[in-house]
Amino acid sequence: MIIFNPTRLALLFSFVVFTLSFNVNAEPDLTHNSDSAFKLKQTCPASFELMENGTCELRNMYQFYNSVQGRGLGGTQTSLPKHRDGFTPAQIDLGRYLFFDPALSKDNSISCASCHQPDKGFSDDLDRSIGITGEKVGRSAPTLWNVAFLDKFFWDARADTLEEQAVGPLFDAKEMGNSPEHLLKTLNAIPQYLAMFNVAFPNSDEITITNITKSLAAFQSTLISLNSRYDRYAHGYHEALNENEIKGLNIFRSFVARCAECHQPPLFTNNQVAVIGTPEAEGLPFDIGAEKTFNNKKNRGGFKVPTLRNIAKTAPYMHSGAMKDLREATEFYNKGRGHAIPEGEDLLIHWHIWEPDLQDKELDLIVEFLQTLTDESLTPQLPKRLPSGLPVIDADYAMQQAKHNIQQKQQKQQSIHTESGDEDE
Amino acid sequence: MSKGKILGAVLIAGAFAAGSYWGGLNSAAVITSSSGGASFSGGYDASKDAELGADTVVIEEMKGEVRVVNDGESIMAAVKAANPGDTIQVMPGTYHETVYVDKENISIVGVIKEGARATMDGKGVLNDAVLYSGNNFLIENMKITGYKGNGIMGQAGNNFIIRNNLIVDTGVYGIFPQLGKNGIVDHNIISGIEDAAIYVGMSDNIQVSYNDVFESVAGIEIENSRHAIVESNYVHNNTGGILAFVTPGLPIKTTYDVIIRNNFVVDNNHKNFAIPGSTVGMIPAGSGIVIWAGDDVIVEGNIITNNKTAGILIAGHNDFGKGSNDPESEPNSDRTMILDNFMMNNGHDTIDEVKALLLTELKTGNADIINAGSGVDSCIINRHRYVTAGINGWKECDFTNTKDIKTYLLDKPVPPRVIDKSESGKIAYLGVCTGCHTYTDRMIGPPVNIIQALYMDNPEGIAEYIAKPTKKREDYPEMPPQDYLDEETRLAVAKYMLSRKN
Repeated sequence: MIIFNPTRLALLFSFVVFTLSFNVNAEPDLTHNSDSAFKLKQTCPASFELMENGTCELRNMYQFYNSVQGRGLGGTQTSLPKHRDGFTPAQIDLGRYLFFDPALSKDNSISCASCHQPDKGFSDDLDRSIGITGEKVGRSAPTLWNVAFLDKFFWDARADTLEEQAVGPLFDAKEMGNSPEHLLKTLNAIPQYLAMFNVAFPNSDEITITNITKSLAAFQSTLISLNSRYDRYAHGYHEALNENEIKGLNIFRSFVARCAECHQPPLFTNNQVAVIGTPEAEGLPFDIGAEKTFNNKKNRGGFKVPTLRNIAKTAPYMHSGAMKDLREATEFYNKGRGHAIPEGEDLLIHWHIWEPDLQDKELDLIVEFLQTLTDESLTPQLPKRLPSGLPVIDADYAMQQAKHNIQQKQQKQQSIHTESGDEDE
Repeated sequence: MSKGKILGAVLIAGAFAAGSYWGGLNSAAVITSSSGGASFSGGYDASKDAELGADTVVIEEMKGEVRVVNDGESIMAAVKAANPGDTIQVMPGTYHETVYVDKENISIVGVIKEGARATMDGKGVLNDAVLYSGNNFLIENMKITGYKGNGIMGQAGNNFIIRNNLIVDTGVYGIFPQLGKNGIVDHNIISGIEDAAIYVGMSDNIQVSYNDVFESVAGIEIENSRHAIVESNYVHNNTGGILAFVTPGLPIKTTYDVIIRNNFVVDNNHKNFAIPGSTVGMIPAGSGIVIWAGDDVIVEGNIITNNKTAGILIAGHNDFGKGSNDPESEPNSDRTMILDNFMMNNGHDTIDEVKALLLTELKTGNADIINAGSGVDSCIINRHRYVTAGINGWKECDFTNTKDIKTYLLDKPVPPRVIDKSESGKIAYLGVCTGCHTYTDRMIGPPVNIIQALYMDNPEGIAEYIAKPTKKREDYPEMPPQDYLDEETRLAVAKYMLSRKN
C-alpha cells in the first residue's frame, strides 16, 4: 500500500531497529499500527474557544483594541486583521497528523514539517529548503507562525488562501513531488485515515484533495504567536522589556530605520509585497519574485513582507536565505538603497528603503529588540505516531531525535555516576 | 514623463483638440455665483460610520495629575511615571531625548514664558523627537529641532491633538500622525523638512488648519487617508504645497473625501531636496496643489498664486511619476471638484510636460489647472477664470460651496473597542493563560484543576498572585507577571478560571 523509495526505506528500517534496540522511545510497534485507533481531539487548541456549533474561534488580547479600516496595523494597541478560524477540533487535529506525515510526499520521505519544523520556528535552518529530490528548492521556507492572519502566501504572493498554498509544495516536483491521484491513493489505502476523515468531514464519504487542504489550513491557522514579551509591553506592562529592548523598539519604529513601516505591529508585517533588492546566493540567477505573479515589471524582485514574530528562530533570512543572522539582515537596510541590485537590473525599490545611517550600536539594539518577539507557547504537540506508520516529520528527523534521546540518556547516566562517585568519597 | 509619452499625448490629444477648442473655449463663460447656491451634500456622514458602532461609550474626561518637568530634567521620565489622564508640563529649556508615549490619555504641554519655549533638540543624532501610540494624546507649545527622523510621529493613536508647535530642520516629517482616527493638527509652524512638513498617513477624520508650513519638500500631504479637511493654512515656498495622494504599496489603499479650502498656497517654488526614492521626489518645484490618485477631492476658496509649474496638478499613477506596482490601488484621481479659487501667476516657468498638455489645446498661457490624468466625473465652476488643460470633459459642479461641512471630526472621540465585561475574563484566559495551563495536564504551568482546588472560593487570591507571582513550585518555571492586565480583568480572568469545567 505504501511505496518506499529504497534508500528512505533503508533509513527508516535502520531507524526502527535503532530505536527498538535501545528502547529509548516509547513509540508503539509500527507493525501493529492498524490495530490501534487514532482518536481525533474533541477540544480546541489553546487560545481557541469551542463554540456551540462545534467550531473553534480564536481569542486574544488584541481583541480589546480597534484599528483604522479594520486592517490591524500600526501601534502597540491595535486590533488584528481578519483571520481564519471556525474549523472543528477534529479538522484541526486531522490537519496535525497530515502535516507531520511523510505519507503526503510522493515517496513517503518528507512531510510538510520537514521544511516547517516546529523547533525551528516552523521553518528550517537552510538558505533554501531541500525537497524530495535532495536538491535545494527555489526559495527559503517561510515561517508558519500566525499564517491565520495572512491573505497572501508564498514569497511571491501567488496564492490567496492556505488551501491554495498547500497544493503548491504537495504537487511541486522538487518539493513533495506528489500528484493528486497518487496522494488520494496513498491516503485511501490507510484505513486509519479513512476513519479520521470520516470524523472530520462527516458529510463527505471519501477523502478529497479539498478536505486534505482544508485540514492542513485548519491546523496551520492554530499556530498563533501573540504572547511574547513584546506583547506584554504592548498590553501595558512596560517592565516586560528592558531599557535596551525599548531603545531597540524605538529605533525599529523610528522614521530613520523605518522597519515598522512594513513590519507593522502587531503582526510585524503589513501583508504587502515590497521590492527591497536583497541579493541571491552566489551563482544563482536573479529571482524576479512577484513580477511573475502580477505580470508587472514594476514588481520585479518583489517579495512578501514576512512577519517578524519568532524571527530569532528562523535564520537564515530573506527569500534566498542570503543573510545568515539577524545582525546581517538588519545591516542590509543600513547599507543603502539598492546597494545589492545586480548590474543591469532596474528595480522599483520601495520608497521606505533609504540610507538610514544607523550606528552599529543602534543595529545591535534592533537585534536585541527582535528577540522579544519570540513566543512559542502555543507550539502544537507532535503526534507520537502517525496513521501511515511512518516516522513523524521524516526519517532523518526521527534519526536525529533518537540520537538526541540517547545522548540525553547517556548524559543523565553519567551525571548519576558522577554524583554517586561524589557520595563514595 | 518620457519624451515618447509626451509625444503620444500630444498626438492623441491633438486629434480632438480642435473640436474642443471651437466647441468649448470660444463659447460665453458660464459664470456661477458662489455667494449663494447649493452646498456640497456628498461626502461623509459620521453617524453612519460602521466602525464607531451604535452604542459606543464616550470616554470619560480624565483629570489626572500635573507633572512639571524643569530644564535639566527628563520629559521621558515624567511620561514613564505618568498615569492615564496626567498632563506633563514642560518648562522652557533644552531637552535632548526621544519621548515615546505608549499610554492612553497623556498630554504634553510646553510652557512658554516670555516667548521662551521648551525645546527638544536631537542635535542631529537622535532619531525621532516624539512617538505616540496611545489614544487621546495631546502635544502643544513645544519647539522641536535637529532630529534625524520625525518631529512628532503617531502610530495608530486615535483622538490626537497636535497644536502650537514650532518644528524646524527636523528630518523626514515634521508632524506625522499615521493610522489614527479623529485628529487635529493646527496652529503649528514647520519648516525645513525633507519630505512633508505635515504628513497625514493612512488616517481618518482629520482636521489640518491654521498651520504655517514652508521651505519643505511637501507642505501638507494627505496620503491614503479619508475624511480630511485642510483649511486656512499658509503654505509657501515648498516644492509642492498641498498634496492629496494615494501612495501605492501601502496596506491602506484609498484617499477620498478631502476638502482643501481657504488656504494660501503661494510661491511653492523651492528646489526639490527630497531623499532619493521618496514619492515626493518626483514633484516638480512650483506645484501648488497636487492630486495624485486621490478621489472626491474638493478645492475651494484657496488663494493659489505664483507656483511656477502649475496652480493645481491632477494626475494618476500611470500618468505621473514611476507608476504603481500595486494591483490593489486604483490609479486614477476620480471626482475632483474645483470650486472658486483665486489663482494668479501660476505656471510661469513650467515643465515640458505641462507645456505639451497646454499645446494639445492650443494654449500657451501660464498654467493654473492641469489635469494629466484619466479620472472620471470631475467638475469645476467658473472655469473661464483659469488657464487650464485636460479639463474640457469636466462638467459644471452642481454645488458651489462646502459650507454644510463644518468638519470631518467626530462628535465623540473614537472609543476603545467595547468588550462586554463578562467576556474580558474569557478572552484573557483563552488568549494568555491557555498558553501555559491546560485543565488537567501539566504544561508549562500547573493544571487548572489543581489551581481550582487551591483557590476554590478565592478568585481575589489568584488575581493578586498573577499580578506579582512568586516562585512556588520547584519543578515549574516562575510565572511571568500579568500586571499588564488591569485589576478588573485580572479578577475576571481569575473568576473565569475557577468556573472552568474542562
